[in-house]
Amino acid sequence: MLTYAIKRSLLALLILFVVMLAMYAMVFLVPGDPASIALGPRATPELKQQLIERMGLDQPILSQVYHFFYNAVTGDLGYDVWSKRPVLAEILEAFPYTFLLGVVALAWALILGVFLGCAAVIYRGTPMDRILGILSVSMISVPSFVVAIYALLIFAVWLRWLPAIGAGEIGDPWSQFKAIIMPAFAVGISWVGYLARMVRASMLEVMGANHIRTARAFGLSERRVVFKHALRVAIIPTISIVAVGFGSILSSAVFVETVFSRPGIGTLITSAVLKRNYPVVMGTVLVMTAFYLIVVTLADLLIARLDPRVRDVLRS
Amino acid sequence: MSEAILRIENLSIGYDAGICQIHALRSATLEAHAGEVIGIVGESGCGKSTLAAAIINLLAPNAIINSGSIYYQGTDIFSLNKDAQRKLRGQDIAMVFQDPMTTFNPVLTLGDQLIDFQQHLEGVSISEKRIRATNLLARVGIPDPSLCMKRFPHELSGGMRQRASIAAALLMQPNVLVADEPTTALDVTMEAQIIHLLRELRSDYQGAIIVVTHHLGVVAELCDRVYVMYAGQVVEQGLVDDIYHAPKHPYTSALIACDPAHFEEHTPILPTIAGRLPDLMNPPQGCSFAARCVLANELCRTTVPPWVKISQTQSALCHKASQ
Ligand SMILES: Nc1ncnc2c1ncn2[C@@H]1O[C@H](COP(=O)(O)OP(=O)(O)OP(=O)(O)O)[C@@H](O)[C@H]1O
Ligand SMILES: [Mg+2]
Repeated sequence: MLTYAIKRSLLALLILFVVMLAMYAMVFLVPGDPASIALGPRATPELKQQLIERMGLDQPILSQVYHFFYNAVTGDLGYDVWSKRPVLAEILEAFPYTFLLGVVALAWALILGVFLGCAAVIYRGTPMDRILGILSVSMISVPSFVVAIYALLIFAVWLRWLPAIGAGEIGDPWSQFKAIIMPAFAVGISWVGYLARMVRASMLEVMGANHIRTARAFGLSERRVVFKHALRVAIIPTISIVAVGFGSILSSAVFVETVFSRPGIGTLITSAVLKRNYPVVMGTVLVMTAFYLIVVTLADLLIARLDPRVRDVLRS
Repeated sequence: MSEAILRIENLSIGYDAGICQIHALRSATLEAHAGEVIGIVGESGCGKSTLAAAIINLLAPNAIINSGSIYYQGTDIFSLNKDAQRKLRGQDIAMVFQDPMTTFNPVLTLGDQLIDFQQHLEGVSISEKRIRATNLLARVGIPDPSLCMKRFPHELSGGMRQRASIAAALLMQPNVLVADEPTTALDVTMEAQIIHLLRELRSDYQGAIIVVTHHLGVVAELCDRVYVMYAGQVVEQGLVDDIYHAPKHPYTSALIACDPAHFEEHTPILPTIAGRLPDLMNPPQGCSFAARCVLANELCRTTVPPWVKISQTQSALCHKASQ
């Protein structure tokens, strides 16, 4: 188990390194050099040169990556080109909003998705199963931004039940709660459908197993067979899917935080990209990649806890 | 003899295979009394597991009951509602399954499952259920039962798992215990140990035990009476001694002749029954065994054989049995 953890961590570091390398390559590939965009068309060449040096853009790519990592290890992600604040401070400010959004969105999606998946299994082959199937597929296929915009229109503009923008008053949990409902709904809805389908499929496979027949042979009720005996086995592949969804919350955060003008990592990176604020882009990507890797690794460890067979394979 | 605890009458079961039906069981009739061990033998595919699954009421979803009924203590179990059927399972009729490797849930501890299997017991606390389960594990010869309760199934050997599944089946003190090929998946030493265990259990078990097997040796060691099955039909039934020493159905004779335990001397070639099982989609018109039978004549091929009563305790489904 320990060697497994070490192996996983080394792999994670390698992935981080490759991701950052790719990011640097991208900075050089996108048209428009950061200094000219930052300073505008009327900047003097001297000013530009100064900024380029300050941003370290004149050095070779590998050395830039090296410095970046060297600093990152000491907790220094550089400075925001515009506000001159430490990038790490900006990220730490924005991160909790996105984290909370991810937790709420996937938590409700997981609960409802697993429930609908199990319901489809209990009522398999009946019209109920078919209705749930159609429902799940529509939830997957309706684009999240459409859901977001309609939700905004109905609940914020027409009914005025929920705030249209922002993340609520600081220190007022009720207003924060109201502010997170729609974004979490928009992010989670396709996950509900996706998880329901996944759970149904892996559940049906498990339901054919001999140990389920054993449970039935002891007269356990269908509900107990499904929720205790089958779900415990069928939930395991679902965990890694949810972890991937949670770890890559950044991709949903970009759109949903923009639509709802919610502070967070998505808003941070969008504005940084538009302004070629590269230190912020780099820092955000680094932190979110690390976050992704941590979440996925934790999920693997959780799976090892839930499945004794995996645990034993890792131990040996 | 007392009223049978389990009586199967004329049971015919088929499997829906799209355009046609596989007639896995045809007019099977048998009964089991309290305190007796009956054996069901026959080669692979003759419908033994189908019969066992019907007894415990866990037939595959594509199974069709064409006719017949199963009476448990006089009540027709097919006529009961789903809940009553469920209560019967585990509580009154329990089963030991064919493959001990996959009978238990891989992600729950054995103890967890053995406790869960007692859910029909009302007013018994979890800790009492745990004690009951531990005692039974000790009873079936598991060395360290309380440690075993904490184990996951894959951590136990095949023999241990089969012992555990016998313990599980005994948890609710059922009146009928069905063991579907309890030793087929095990090696010879394990098989001997499990047979020994089942014999031992016989002595203080009140209900009926039904042992399904394709191994005549198992029947000889364990059973009082035996039903021989061929191609979905019961073809001969009687006391084990009678069947062994004076088989009346040619299939039974052939089966005994093919049992390696029966040979006095070393033989270079193992005898087999020539031919193969008839097509279960369209069973033959006359006797099912006619195509492979050395005694078969025109009558056998065209006319369904009658049940011929040989003695009070033995009968065979054969035109020639009376001769
Ligand atoms: N669910 C099913 N669908 C279709 N056919 C089936 C199904 N289950 C069993 N059969 C067929 O029914 C026949 C009887 O099967 P059964 O499992 O009862 O045999 P068996 O005597 O237990 O054999 P074995 O010794 O191999 O366990 C076989 O021909 C088998 O292929
Ligand atoms: Mg079988």
